[in-house]
Amino acid sequence: MAGRKILLANDHVEGIRYYDAYRQHGGYTSVEKALKMTPDDIVEEVKKSGLRGRGGAGFPTGMKWSFLAKPEGVPRYLLCNADESEPGTFKDRYLMEHMPHSLVEGMIVSSFALGANTSYIYIRGEYMWIVSILEEAIAEAYKNGWLGKNIQGSGYDLDLYVNPGAGAYICGEETALIESLEGKRGNPRMKPPFPAIKGLWGCPTVVNNVETIATVPHIINMGGDAYAGIGVGRSTGTKLISACGNIRKPGVYEIEMGISVEEFIYSDEYCGGIADGKKLKAMIAGGSSVPILPHNLITKTAAGEPRLMTYESLADGGFVSGTMLGSGGFIIYDEDQCIVHNTYTLARFYHHESCGQCSPCREGTGWMEKVLHRIESGHGKMSDIDLLVDVAKKIEGNTICPLGDAAAWPVAAAIRHFRDEFEWHIQHPEAAQAGNYPHWENRPEVVA
Amino acid sequence: MESSIKNNPAHVGCTFTADRLQEVDRLMKQYPEGKHKSAILRILHMAQKDFGWLSVEVMDYVASLLSIKPIEVYEVATFYSMYHLKPVGKYVFEFCQTGPCCTRGAEKTINYIKNKLNIEVGGTSADGLFTLKTVECLGACGYAPMMQVGDVFFEHLNEEKIDQLIENWRNEAASKN
Repeated sequence: MAGRKILLANDHVEGIRYYDAYRQHGGYTSVEKALKMTPDDIVEEVKKSGLRGRGGAGFPTGMKWSFLAKPEGVPRYLLCNADESEPGTFKDRYLMEHMPHSLVEGMIVSSFALGANTSYIYIRGEYMWIVSILEEAIAEAYKNGWLGKNIQGSGYDLDLYVNPGAGAYICGEETALIESLEGKRGNPRMKPPFPAIKGLWGCPTVVNNVETIATVPHIINMGGDAYAGIGVGRSTGTKLISACGNIRKPGVYEIEMGISVEEFIYSDEYCGGIADGKKLKAMIAGGSSVPILPHNLITKTAAGEPRLMTYESLADGGFVSGTMLGSGGFIIYDEDQCIVHNTYTLARFYHHESCGQCSPCREGTGWMEKVLHRIESGHGKMSDIDLLVDVAKKIEGNTICPLGDAAAWPVAAAIRHFRDEFEWHIQHPEAAQAGNYPHWENRPEVVA
Repeated sequence: MESSIKNNPAHVGCTFTADRLQEVDRLMKQYPEGKHKSAILRILHMAQKDFGWLSVEVMDYVASLLSIKPIEVYEVATFYSMYHLKPVGKYVFEFCQTGPCCTRGAEKTINYIKNKLNIEVGGTSADGLFTLKTVECLGACGYAPMMQVGDVFFEHLNEEKIDQLIENWRNEAASKN
């Protein structure tokens, strides 16, 4: 049975990238409705919907909005975080490429709710062609009276701009994004003060992910309660999942929260199973920083319950036997993939992307990369494994921003669940140097 | 990490065209009075496109356009990985080497390019046409192996496609000479 689609209900419609087709298919009706509501009522609907930040943290959006300070005579800003950079994640790109107006519409309704008269979409610099797509959609929205002065005769003014970055994962962290938007290096700020009090140019600011903002019009159209009725428990609505790795059908899928992980991996509607008839070895469910899970903890929790695509079910078992929904960057590893090598490439990523402000992250990510490379290339010592665990532990929680945690978790989880593979590399230096890894089936079972 | 910022006599006195200057003006107006420094990232992208790479001379020129101190431009240009701080080939291959791409053979394809062009990562081919760089996650994990060249993503790459692309670019460069 085809799952329910909200964000991508019309992504197949010809010309939906452009205003006419988008409008014909119900586009911008939420703006008409929202402009007749009070901003507080809109915030209330979003609260009722249970919508949680889709960038990775899963923080309730309505609550985030309600924290925004509103001092008299000070401008407020809404910033859209389109700096999609978490390895495994390419869902926002799909939405912006195919349905740019859904983001523009969401920005208008959300900006009105927050009382912002200027808003920016901060998009990663590598997505430069999408900058043009968005600017074209914005120009169409101005032309049709949805942006600019006195929108649809409501008296509300809004200007919307696109601001590309230039290659820095860290700018997906909201205070780094703000620094970057101010034309500086993307160094995260100490909190407090939080952006809701002092953000862009010292003014109250909300930063929301692309998918989060694009969901708001649907909540306004159907009502917060109706949206909350979709999904399971505190995981309401639908979620975009970008699926990649060794699956038959990599791509971006919209799922109703609560379908099983098994259905998502094996159904032809989604990933279509493991590619080339191979076996499932491991899964990263929500972008590379969430803990990797071994095959026996993917479709079932440690307690033997079916694992569902929800914030709660993926996190079942905590970091001992669970993971996180995160950004929805879903990576599948087949039996031929080497966990040590994969962990090394991820450690290299975080080392490369560390902004260098905090010593534990700047030095620790480099040490982890170096030690992992040593193990992978057959030069490791048995004590290196505990050394990695120790370094990861000392980074976690000791940095200004969560990049340190994001770098520490994948290393800790890989060792937690695949320690024998690290040991194998150390015990078989010649085979490791030659890249001859043991076939998965010959490995002893590792159960958390 | 690139750390060398070099001078380039060829960039002395570089200026944007009138169209580009108009674009700079439009970008600066997207920000409130006095906050036009925010346009710096995009103007640096434009400068790199027009002048090839960001030498001290180019960065000083961008500083003058934004009426800010040169150090403010150097700080930014050295932070973001998309900026080239030394000369590069006409076509820069920015090949993704992060975990998800590796599950689909990114490293093998990178090695193929190294051998084909007889260069190391970071190097430029003898004819000055191609530079190979490895980069971290570009948000194309489902379409790996992939690389970015200019503003374009080339996805689902294999050896055959690489051969074809390189041939096309060689022809393109030859036809312009």
